[in-house]
Amino acid sequence: MGSILYLNQIFYLCCFFQFTEVMHSVGAVELTFELPDNAKQCFHEEITKDTLSTVEFQVVTGGQYDVDMSLESPTRQILYKGIKKQFDSFTWTAAQTGVYTVCFSNEFSTFSHKLVYMDFQVGDEKPLPGVGEHLSAMTKMESSSIQVHENLNTIIDYQTHHRLREAQGRKFAEDLNAKVFYWSIGEALAILCIGIGQVIILKNLFTDKKTVSFT
Amino acid sequence: MKSNILPSLYTTIFLVSMSCLLYIVDGLYFHITETERKCFIEEIPDETMVVGNYKCQFYDPKTGGFMPSSPGIGMHVEVRDPDDKVMLSKVYSTEGHFTFTSHIPGEHVICLYSNTTKWFSGSQLRVHLDIQVGEHAVDYGNVAQKEKLTELQLRVRQLLDQAEQITKEQNYQRYREERFRGTSESTNQRVLWWSITQTFILLVMGFWQMKHLKSFFEAKKLV
Repeated sequence: MGSILYLNQIFYLCCFFQFTEVMHSVGAVELTFELPDNAKQCFHEEITKDTLSTVEFQVVTGGQYDVDMSLESPTRQILYKGIKKQFDSFTWTAAQTGVYTVCFSNEFSTFSHKLVYMDFQVGDEKPLPGVGEHLSAMTKMESSSIQVHENLNTIIDYQTHHRLREAQGRKFAEDLNAKVFYWSIGEALAILCIGIGQVIILKNLFTDKKTVSFT
Repeated sequence: MKSNILPSLYTTIFLVSMSCLLYIVDGLYFHITETERKCFIEEIPDETMVVGNYKCQFYDPKTGGFMPSSPGIGMHVEVRDPDDKVMLSKVYSTEGHFTFTSHIPGEHVICLYSNTTKWFSGSQLRVHLDIQVGEHAVDYGNVAQKEKLTELQLRVRQLLDQAEQITKEQNYQRYREERFRGTSESTNQRVLWWSITQTFILLVMGFWQMKHLKSFFEAKKLV
């Protein structure tokens, strides 16, 4: 009897581990971070095999709005390498379970900081608890509600891209505004200094000659 | 016999639930040094909830890997609102989550750094981070349980939350566009005033120079 109970326990544990192996990693993270000049920033994520993942990035501010991006598999194989790109999106299916690395590099730039937006999506969206679990066919109501949900997701995605593009334009305009302000003050001062300086130097020239001619 | 079955049943339940905890996916992670400060920017409309889950691991030079849990170090989380005012500034343990709701639309900066007392960069830290904004931050399992909603009701609730988030974002977009327009008009004004002022300064400068030099040469009896 005791041995049967023990076997029972092992069976349940095995079932559970089987289930967890089949379970794919899911998740989506959107991050906006600053990449200083000559810096490299890497993000890592553990992805299980056969999971469809997407990496998307966009440079919001800084220099020529470009950044280097690379995607490495657990076996150090370069899955994607983009040089000086402004924005891009890459989708791949994980060939093996392991840690995938996404690296952004600003090493080619000497003084411009870059603000980079990144969206790392692993697997499908987590289903609503209780909704996707019954195996019977979905009613029309349920399937149309799923359709609405997906459409709303698309709208939110478009809004995000619109926001990023608009942020790019807006930050450039704010930068330009500040530049014009400092430039105009600087030039006004420069004109005043040069004007007064010219007169002083000219006066000095004539005063010296006068003293020389007298002695 | 009953006393034999129950403990083994509880053991099974305990082991299964422990395995559940072990398999919580940590998600995205990155490395920082002990003294480094890492900041992330979230551009969000007002009245939006932001939830961040993080986990911090210390590098163990003995094994060459990262220790699964390191007590003793804390993570300082600082959130600043668009006016650079500190909204949240707390030291949390190595694993936890933080929540805040924005009151002003704009760029909120979330900074993470460890509360180490060292001055120079110490060892490496591995930080697992997951930031969810707005509708993604809501835990629907919890909502369903608390309000006893059916599946369809839960789905409708999710759709309502999403629609609300879209509306807020559109409103925020209008506000941003207004700011953009204001900045462009300000630049236009500044360029206009600067060109007028510059011309005026040049004329005044030229006039003053000529007058001053004329009186100077007359005094020197050269003219």
